Amino acid sequence: MIIEVDRVTKSFGSNLAVNNVSFSVSEASIFGLLGPNGAGKTTLINILTTLLKPDSGRVTVDGLDVVRDAAELRSRIGLAGQYAAVDENLTGFENLEMVGRLYHLPAKLARIRADELLSQFSLAYAGRKQARTYSGGMRRRLDLAAALVSSPRVLFLDEPTAGLDPRSRNDLWDVLEQLVANGATILLTTQYLEEADRLAEHIAVIDVGKVIAMGTPSDLKAQVGSSILEVVLGKDSNVETAKQALSPLAVTGTRIDFHSERLRVIVPERPGLVVDAIRLLDQHQIEVEEIGVTKPSLDDAFLALTGHGVGGLEDE
Amino acid sequence: MSDSETHDSAAVLFRDTIKGSNIKLPRHSQFHNGVSDALTLAKRNLIRYIRLPGLLVFSTIQPIIFLVLFTFVFGGAIRGIHTKYIDFLIPGILIQTVAFGSTQTGVGLADDLQKGLIQRFRALPMARSAVLAGRTLADTVRNLIVVLLMVAVGYILGFRFQNGLLPALSAIALAVLFGFALSWISAFTGLSAKDAETAGVASFVWIFPITFASAAFVPVSTMAGWLQAFAKANPITNAVDTLRALTLGGPVERHFLYTLMWIVGIVGVFAPMAVTKYKAKS
Ligand SMILES: Nc1ncnc2c1ncn2[C@@H]1O[C@H](COP(=O)(O)OP(=O)(O)O)[C@@H](O)[C@H]1O
Ligand SMILES: [Mg+2]
Repeated sequence: MIIEVDRVTKSFGSNLAVNNVSFSVSEASIFGLLGPNGAGKTTLINILTTLLKPDSGRVTVDGLDVVRDAAELRSRIGLAGQYAAVDENLTGFENLEMVGRLYHLPAKLARIRADELLSQFSLAYAGRKQARTYSGGMRRRLDLAAALVSSPRVLFLDEPTAGLDPRSRNDLWDVLEQLVANGATILLTTQYLEEADRLAEHIAVIDVGKVIAMGTPSDLKAQVGSSILEVVLGKDSNVETAKQALSPLAVTGTRIDFHSERLRVIVPERPGLVVDAIRLLDQHQIEVEEIGVTKPSLDDAFLALTGHGVGGLEDE
Repeated sequence: MSDSETHDSAAVLFRDTIKGSNIKLPRHSQFHNGVSDALTLAKRNLIRYIRLPGLLVFSTIQPIIFLVLFTFVFGGAIRGIHTKYIDFLIPGILIQTVAFGSTQTGVGLADDLQKGLIQRFRALPMARSAVLAGRTLADTVRNLIVVLLMVAVGYILGFRFQNGLLPALSAIALAVLFGFALSWISAFTGLSAKDAETAGVASFVWIFPITFASAAFVPVSTMAGWLQAFAKANPITNAVDTLRALTLGGPVERHFLYTLMWIVGIVGVFAPMAVTKYKAKS
């Protein structure tokens, strides 16, 4: 295990930001820390990258203790923080060259590496322009490139795709997968369930400083243990009436969700469910456009695990 | 083309190393790395002065304007001077220039803090001291350049060193050293400020009064009594008097000693405070 986190706790005053967290990450894989705002993701990343000392517990990265061997560890890891930290007054090239020099690469190598990364992140065309002229997506990419200057074995990315448009996000995902294919280990945090699902081999779901679930994306989905009934209603149907109509089918204590024109009902797995649903909706004169049963997504898993959704899930 | 060959082989090296182990970072002594880190950051800080037009004007044009204005506006009106006003003024202008310039130390640090750059630096295997050392070093180089520029403009306006080469060089060195000391006060206030703007204001709140309530532009004897007491105790007055003695002639030792004591005292108090403040930031 290249990252081992053992019962780590960190509080700010009376605010317990990280509460007895343990997990480990195997080499050449992507590990996702998934949680809403304020969950403690950044605090954990800061502890793992030597920026913060834990109050208690132990962390090793690549065999080095984050507190005792902090100085040595810094030369082996790369970090892209939650907010792109680029020097606006320097060009993209100069930013990367500077970071290379601060990793103590010889001057010539630092320049070669800077150019190499600029082309890898499709920034070569703007490499000689000041970073202040860069768009948000370009800054993100430059920031990520800076984290890769020393080709670190372990890479920490705090919400790397926050604020990126879907295309840049997809491009970044490809880059990350390439890095892992080449042997790098990545720990990333995200609020996007889709992102964790797509990238991570293992996920820890964290909420208010605590790990509330851990496993592969399919493990987590299995923890919900039910199926999801999805209904697309006809044009003029009343959502509230439809919810009432379907409520007898829902697993007790779960909410019926309406999102992207779709009703999602957590239901027990049993035959005849779809027929029952159509009958109930018909009795209330609600028109159905589409209906089906699906496996729970990570969104559903999170909803079931925390009792509240993430981001745009709650839109009533 | 030997150059492109090295380029290619290095690219291959990187592609290979990313697979398994990372690049073998060269090993140097801690001291070597510390100096190299400070120089890397000093270079980056100096680039900032050149690329931000507002800052370039602030550090060069503005002191020239002060110099020209004061020469022609106050030149005829000031009593109690036994020399040409420009000769009296240059030492004051030099100290004012380094004092105003020192505010940028704090502004730059607050800016880096705000933009998350200090956070990035802290995660790199660089010397902890390099951020502060690189900043004060850059500000000292900038002060030296501006001081030389002011002397040159002064020469055009009629200023002359009247006391020989060594005292002239000592005067320039002392002005720059005095600015270096003030930079540490500014570093401390800048690291305590919540953003760059506040840091700038916080510095000017004390730099402005101590610069003007001093012997920099007018003889202390022309001031109101209560102000004279303040002006005499003011380290700016000390520094300006030392510079005057060095450039115009006259007894130097006592002023020089006081100024050195101020410099040592300010650095001795504020450098540790700034370092502590810096370490506490995460
Ligand atoms: N430097 C700090 N001082 C005080 N409280 C903090 C600090 N950093 C984070 N916190 C608190 O710790 C909790 C976790 O924050 P954070 O790790 O930033 O969460 P996330 O990155 O998941 O959004 C929050 O309640 C936040 O307010
Ligand atoms: Mg965060």
